[in-house]
Amino acid sequence: MGVEIGVQVNGKTCQNEIEPRMLLVHYLRDVLGLTGTHIGCETTLCGACTVLVDGRAVKSCTMLAVQADGSEITTIEGLAAAPEAAGGLHPVQEGFWEKHGLQCGYCTPGMILTAVQLLHDNPNPTRAEIRRALAGNLCRCTGYQHIVEAVEYAAKKLRARKR
Amino acid sequence: MATATRYVGKPLKRKEDPRLIQGAAHYVDDIELHGALHLGIVRSPYAHARIRSIDTARARNAPGVLAVLTAEDVRAIGPIPCAAQIPDLKPAPRLVLATDTARFVGEGVAAVVAADRYRLRDALDLVEVDYEALPAVVDPEKALRKDSPRVHAGLADNVAYRWELEGGDLKKAFRQADRIVKLRITNQRLIPMAMEPRAVLARFEPGEDRLTLWSSSQIPHILRTQIAAMLKFPETGVYVIVPEVGGGFGSKLNVYPEEALACHLAMKLGKPVRWTETRRENFLCTIHGRDQIAEMEFAVKRDGALLGLRARILADLGAYYQLLTPLIPTLTGLMIGGCYRIPSLRVEITGVLTNKMATDAYRGAGRPEATYFIERSMDYLAAELKKDPVELRRKNMPLPKEFPYATATGLIYDTANYQGALDLALKKVAYKKLRRDQAALRKKGRWIGIGLSSYVEICALGPSSAMPAGGWESATVRIEPTGRVRVLTGSSPHGQGEETSFAQIAADFIGVSPDDVTVVHGDTSAVPYGIGTFGSRTLAVGGTAIYHCLEKLRDKLLKIAGHLLQDDPVKLELRDKKIFLKRDPKKSIALGEVIGAAYTAKTLPAGVAPGLEATDFYEPSNFTFPFGTHVAVVEVDPETGGTKLLKYVAVDDCGKVVNPLLVEGQVQGGIAQSIGQVFLEEAVFDEQGQLLTGELMDYAVPRAADIPWIESFRTVTPTPVNPLGAKGVGEAGTIGATPALVNAVVDALAHLGVRHLDMPLKNERVWKAIREASAPAAGKGKRSK
Amino acid sequence: MIPAAFEYFAPKSLDEALRLVDRHGGEAKLLAGGHSLLPLMKLRLAAPRYVIDLGRVRALRSIREEGGRLVVGALATHADIESSDLVRLKCPLLAETASEIGDVQVRNRGTIGGSLAHADPAADYPAAVLALDAEIVAASNSATRTIPAAEFFVDLLTTALRPGEILTEIRLPVAGRQAGAAYRKLHQPASGFALVGIAARLSLDSAGRIVSIGLGVTGVAVRAYRATAAEQALASKKPNPKLVADAAAKVAEGVEPLADIHASAAYRRASAAVYARRAIEAALLRAAGKKT
Repeated sequence: MGVEIGVQVNGKTCQNEIEPRMLLVHYLRDVLGLTGTHIGCETTLCGACTVLVDGRAVKSCTMLAVQADGSEITTIEGLAAAPEAAGGLHPVQEGFWEKHGLQCGYCTPGMILTAVQLLHDNPNPTRAEIRRALAGNLCRCTGYQHIVEAVEYAAKKLRARKR
Repeated sequence: MATATRYVGKPLKRKEDPRLIQGAAHYVDDIELHGALHLGIVRSPYAHARIRSIDTARARNAPGVLAVLTAEDVRAIGPIPCAAQIPDLKPAPRLVLATDTARFVGEGVAAVVAADRYRLRDALDLVEVDYEALPAVVDPEKALRKDSPRVHAGLADNVAYRWELEGGDLKKAFRQADRIVKLRITNQRLIPMAMEPRAVLARFEPGEDRLTLWSSSQIPHILRTQIAAMLKFPETGVYVIVPEVGGGFGSKLNVYPEEALACHLAMKLGKPVRWTETRRENFLCTIHGRDQIAEMEFAVKRDGALLGLRARILADLGAYYQLLTPLIPTLTGLMIGGCYRIPSLRVEITGVLTNKMATDAYRGAGRPEATYFIERSMDYLAAELKKDPVELRRKNMPLPKEFPYATATGLIYDTANYQGALDLALKKVAYKKLRRDQAALRKKGRWIGIGLSSYVEICALGPSSAMPAGGWESATVRIEPTGRVRVLTGSSPHGQGEETSFAQIAADFIGVSPDDVTVVHGDTSAVPYGIGTFGSRTLAVGGTAIYHCLEKLRDKLLKIAGHLLQDDPVKLELRDKKIFLKRDPKKSIALGEVIGAAYTAKTLPAGVAPGLEATDFYEPSNFTFPFGTHVAVVEVDPETGGTKLLKYVAVDDCGKVVNPLLVEGQVQGGIAQSIGQVFLEEAVFDEQGQLLTGELMDYAVPRAADIPWIESFRTVTPTPVNPLGAKGVGEAGTIGATPALVNAVVDALAHLGVRHLDMPLKNERVWKAIREASAPAAGKGKRSK
Repeated sequence: MIPAAFEYFAPKSLDEALRLVDRHGGEAKLLAGGHSLLPLMKLRLAAPRYVIDLGRVRALRSIREEGGRLVVGALATHADIESSDLVRLKCPLLAETASEIGDVQVRNRGTIGGSLAHADPAADYPAAVLALDAEIVAASNSATRTIPAAEFFVDLLTTALRPGEILTEIRLPVAGRQAGAAYRKLHQPASGFALVGIAARLSLDSAGRIVSIGLGVTGVAVRAYRATAAEQALASKKPNPKLVADAAAKVAEGVEPLADIHASAAYRRASAAVYARRAIEAALLRAAGKKT
């Protein structure tokens, strides 16, 4: 038995009838085909499925798609369309590329979206604040140091743009 | 390298990143195939149980279910392959679904196929299995007892094999020793935990007799061969494609039941079949790592000179052998002497079967264990002999001029400057000042510990004589008519960044930009047969195959250019898409023109064939032996046993470096995994064989805040083994770091008389050691646990 | 990984929600942020027939001051609480506790009402609401009642909420002058839950004597509790380091600590004393107007 939901995903209106139990991450991946959002665990711990719901980082494996009804969602695929991206890559994406903030890339979309929220809330974070903000995102490849540097790079770039 | 190095050695940004940072990359589960069905596995909740019966009727009739299979239905599928060749290895065959007995929690007993993930999940609960629980064998030492239950009823005991290695005159060493020092050390079982769980997608096209398998794997070709053998399907009809892989660390260097089952079902049902591992399944039934206990016994002189080492290693293999399971501990044996002059040595390994998932290659695969055992021992010896751990190490290291150095285990270490790396590390941490600070802080009640590890590892696996399935690597390089360069490699990188480093090498050779180079890997129909990515081999072995191809192509280009310019090819140079006369660069010809000539084939010199393609199968003459010194500084909270990493300095020597950014990434990531092993990670089982750390809720891996700022440096000692001079670096971090970290914690407690602690050094374990060491009864004792 | 099927309701008002709860009773589960319920449902440890999503009952998300008390709606997320200027000013202990929960993403979705109603023995809020003598407001179709925090946590995953009731808000006393509070926590390294969590709240008189104190303890036992023996050891006293340490040592007195693979009972007990002392010390410093 389905329920109707309507969400804005990366600026596009999406209306679908879905099972109430469908997880948001499956809605994004299987229904909308947005496979940049990954699944790394079932226990709300790895952060690979992080997306922005109304601008806030959320683990989409621990949210029903129906709970997102009426929300605006940004996934990694939509990030380059953000105003901060200025037509190119979002500065956080750029930072990850510049600073070798990824290896296998599986955690990267979630990591990037969490960092986007951090820099929205705190444009000039310390390294400790960056590490704390990324506590909900696991990376098994990089050892995090380059990720911290990637976020610092993005913070600097975003601050320069605002000036 | 015999060519201009414009790109090699530079920290180029990765070519693979744009797709990954934009969510445009495709991992297996991201690949959409019309009508794909979902496969799920019903798994044994018991570590050891007889399967009395399986009732599939309810599941079969559930909505959306297309098939339910048990072992009976898949008898035609061959067993899970094990490539390791160990003399007198006891048979422990595993089938894709358990027949009458399940031997670890998570072993598959039935397979369900449904139309979608949700229907599949519902149906899995409806398969009713009647089990008769049997006593489980969990502890590897208890497994050796005569009265222990047996994992395989057909075997006389639980010993899978015994393996020995001896070099030098050990008896003499122990006769001449001033001291015999013994230490028992464990290296606990770990879960590799790649971020992307395993995933499989299989499609059968009966018209073409074509079976395509997408898998998150490190070894596409070996997988293809094994799947063909398991399914008795012509290998020429099997196509394995490894798309983006979300980390492997050895856990995907294997052949798993789900790969064969998905293929079998795709053929049977005529529809694509996918299987996606849950994280819980990843914990239960993807290979585990480490799990060894070593009894180290040293014969030493009073001055610290090592005379001999006897090592007895007990390796917990689990219930079955995966691809390399029994082989891994032997690598520990080979490297047990570390970077020291140990004239005589004997290693005895006992591989034991238990009711657990198999252990196999996990980042470092046997070498982190070896390094941990020897480097932990060196600190222990230093404490016993009242020597500074630095000086004890230095005293026993061979000098640079002694290389190539033959070890008592029969290896030839290629080249090294152990002292150079040690000195640089000491300088970077300001070792003497650090020791003074430590003493001053201890007086104030702050417990700082300094830990050191000088390691040597074995990389570039390896000469085929020493590898179960061959140790060579292949490459094809093709310069396309438009001037684009295509590098096809038999290795299968999954995060290491070889699309970039290989492009750097090719760009230098052909005189183009790395942007003009495309590296293709993981598709068995596109690239020549290869071995894969593991054992820090991709650059040193796979890269050398590419190097040889590029040499051939460059020579051919120069030959054609020489013909066109009417000059001697040896006088020509290739750079910036131009071929020119070295002494008169104005006399030149565009690279594109030469490439065009190779394809139009109208103006080729005599004896030169058309086209621009070269293939090489490179067989390395030896392993390579990277080395380094790591230093960790920790502080222990005397009240809680909590540990805090204050500083970490790594000096690694991986030979010549193609892309320092990638090396840095490998080093840091490896150290982070070591930090995980030392402080957080352990696969904990209860006495019934239940994995108590079977989820990320209970198995802690390092998070961003758990890792200190790592200061990483390099010395450069190129290897003579390959023309790149590269040794390999993928596992250095997990090899070098663990002992440095544990040594630091033990050092922080040295004033209490603590001499050894086993990993993981969770707060409680450290707290207990402090309490026991501080208790009046234990006042003078040297407590070890 | 995937919840079992259920029928879904998304009431827009509390009344509507209460009617649904009334109708579907024991077969229904209330969904707030979903960070306690959905993990259980994904593991199929819970498979309710009906799910009543409170997310559209917007009134339950408000944070306000009312009658000299801070009133936090049940649907306020941990992030709302952590970042609310009002909470930080009027009840900094609650904000500090919220900031120690899980991670950014969890705090963005998880709610205080959901967490309290779930009553996980290792959750963070129970320590704070106990230390603060908070009141928990429960509404039903027939009445609204107030439950003192000290009576709220009944047993493992069991609260004083009755069938048909919805936890609507939490009422907290506003911090006075010369008052200080702190939350100190030993994290379970994998899940981030509290192996030991101590919330200390106290106020001093002009002579520096402790005139009021609350110590809430989570993670240590099957349910969160007030460490009354430790409180009594400090009440009306002028604190000194030894007194504080001795009092903190009583924090798990008479309690049977939990034991699991992450911490033995002995370690929980010993850590509870250390963390209690550190929480009290921090609270004292804050009461004296110093930074910690």
